[in-house]
Amino acid sequence: MGHRVLTLDTRASAESYGESARPRMGFFTDTSLCIGCKACEVACKEWNHVPADVPEFSGKSYDNTLSLGANTWRHVAFVEQRKPVGAEAAAEDLVEAAERANAVDGFGIQTYQDGDGVRWLMSSDVCKHCTSAACLDVCPTGALFRTEFGTVVVQDDVCNGCGYCVPACPFGVIDRREDDGRVWKCTLCYDRLRDDMEPACAHACPTDSIQFGELDELRERAERRLERMAEAGQTEARLYGADPEDGVDGFGAFFLLLDEPEVYGLPPDPVATTRDVGQVWTGVLAGAAALGAGIAAAVFGRRR
Amino acid sequence: MSPRERAMVPRADPQSYYGQPVLKQPVWAPEVPFYFFAGGMAGASAGLAFAAGLRGNSELERRAWSVALVGLAVSPPLLISDLGRPERFLNMLRMFKVSSPMSVGSWILAAFGGATTVAAGSELTGLYPAAGALAKPVAAALGMPLATYTAGLLANTSVPVWHGARHTLPFVFAGGSAASAGAAATIATGLGSAAPARRLAVGGALAAVGAAFVMERSLGEIGEPYHEQAAGKLTRAAGALNLAGAALIAARGRRSRKAAIAGGALITAGVIAERWAVFRAGFQSAADPKYTVGPQRARVERGESRGAARRAGASNVGSVSESV
Repeated sequence: MGHRVLTLDTRASAESYGESARPRMGFFTDTSLCIGCKACEVACKEWNHVPADVPEFSGKSYDNTLSLGANTWRHVAFVEQRKPVGAEAAAEDLVEAAERANAVDGFGIQTYQDGDGVRWLMSSDVCKHCTSAACLDVCPTGALFRTEFGTVVVQDDVCNGCGYCVPACPFGVIDRREDDGRVWKCTLCYDRLRDDMEPACAHACPTDSIQFGELDELRERAERRLERMAEAGQTEARLYGADPEDGVDGFGAFFLLLDEPEVYGLPPDPVATTRDVGQVWTGVLAGAAALGAGIAAAVFGRRR
Repeated sequence: MSPRERAMVPRADPQSYYGQPVLKQPVWAPEVPFYFFAGGMAGASAGLAFAAGLRGNSELERRAWSVALVGLAVSPPLLISDLGRPERFLNMLRMFKVSSPMSVGSWILAAFGGATTVAAGSELTGLYPAAGALAKPVAAALGMPLATYTAGLLANTSVPVWHGARHTLPFVFAGGSAASAGAAATIATGLGSAAPARRLAVGGALAAVGAAFVMERSLGEIGEPYHEQAAGKLTRAAGALNLAGAALIAARGRRSRKAAIAGGALITAGVIAERWAVFRAGFQSAADPKYTVGPQRARVERGESRGAARRAGASNVGSVSESV
C-alpha cells in the first residue's frame, strides 16, 4: 500500500534474522470444531504462568472470562442463537436435510442445534499476530518485536508499561496487568517454538479446532476446509483473517467462523490504524505550523 | 430495520458479543490529560517568549520563559508516574520510531527540555547569554510540535473518536496550547506589556473552541461521545469557559488587571476541560462496540472494503465479496 511512507517496516520481517529466520508460524482456529471445553485457556495459563483472575458470574452463557486480556491469552466465546444450523436449513426436504447432516458429521462439525432450537457457536480467540501489527508499530521502547517465526511478542524485561499498545490494537487483545505494570498477551508460546514444540493451546485442543503450523500450509488447509464445507451446504462458513489483503495485511492466527465476526466479538474490518501515520504526522505538523503562525500574529500583529 | 438506506453512518444496531467492547479501554491515568495541558502550555510559551524577545518586549519574554519552564518542569513527572514501570522511563529513549508518536514525542520533550532549561535559565539569571541566544530559537521551534504531537499520539490508535480526528485534533490542541500560553502570560505580565499575550489567549481560545466544533462535526456519528456522559459535560464546560474568558479579556483585559487575571484563569480552566473532554471521549468511544463495529460494517456494506472475512467462492484478492 502506497501510504506507508513514514512507518518503519515492522511487518513480518523474518529476513532480518538472516540465517536464523524460520518459516512464519501461526494458528488456524477452526471454530466449527470447537466444543467449548476451554482446555486451551487452561493449558495456556499453566504453561505461561498466567495469573488467575477470579471471575464473577457473568450470566453470559458459559463465558465468565468475556474477553482476551493481560491474564487471558486464549478466550473461548459462547454464542447462543435461535438460528438454524446452515447445512440443514438449506435443504429442500427432510431426506436432503438428513443427507446434509450426515455430510456435516462426516467432517466433524461440532456446533449443533439443540432440542430447544438453540444453535451453539464456540470459538477460541487469541492474539492475531498481525502482519502489520499496530501494537508493535506504536511501542516506543521496542519491547514489542517481531520474532524469527514472524510472531509478535512482548519482551517483559523491556516493557515500561506506557500502555500505548493497548488502545492501538484493533482487536482489544493486549492489556496491562494492573499489579505488575507491564502489558501481556499471547506469545504463540515463543519458548516452545524455539524447542520445536507446538503451543500449549494447540497441544491441548482435543478436537484439533486449534491447528498450529506454517502459515502458508495452514492457509491452504483452511481453503480446502472452507470448500468442503460449502459443498456440504455449510455456506455460512467463512475464513477470517486468512487473506494478506485485509486491513492488517493478514493474520498470523486466523479463523474459520460460522457467522459474522462481530457476533464473536471480533471486528469485521480491522485496520492497523498506524498505516495512516503519515496523515497523523501531517496533521501534527500542520497544527504546529498554525500554532507558530498564531503566535507570530499575536506578537507581531498591528498593535491596537 | 433497513440498514442499507443509511449505510453512510454506523448501523444503529451493530451486532456484538453480549455488548462487550471490541477494543480495550486505554490504561492511561489522569496524569495524561494534565500533561497534554502542561506540555502544550510549555511549548507555546517558548514560542511566545522567543517572539516577544524578537519584538523587544522583554517583560513578556521573561514571563513567558518562566511559564515554559514551569510547564516543562511538571511534564516528565506526570509522564513517568503514568507508566506501569516508572523506573524504566529511560527505555522511552531506547529507540526512535516514526511509527510511534510517543517515541518521537519523548525525543521532542527531551530536546525541548534541554533547550528550554538553557534558554529560560539564561534569560532569568543573566548567565551564559550566548548559550541562551542559541537555545531560544531551538526551544521555540521544538515547542510547536511539542504542543501538537500529543494529538497525533491519540490519533494513532484504534479508538474511533481519536483516529477519526487525525486531521482535526492537532488544531484543537494547537488552539488550546496557544490559549493556555496566552492566558498564563496574561496573568503573569503587567497590563502594559501583555497585549500580545492577551491576543494569543483570546485568539487561541476561539481557535480551540472552533476547532473542537469542526472536529465533532466531521466525526459524524462516531463523534457522539462528545455529546454524552462525562465527555459531553466537559466539552460544554470547555466551550463556556474558553468563550467567557476570551470575552472578559477582550472587553476589560486592557484596562483591568483583575479582569485580565480572571479571564486568564477561565481560559486555563477551559483548556484543561477540553483536554479532559478529548481524553474521556476516547474511553467512551472504546467502551461501546457500536463505534468500532458500525463504521467497519458500513465500509464493507458500501463496498469500500472487503473486510477480513471471506466465504467460499469469493475471490480472495481485491474484489468485494457479495456474501460478507
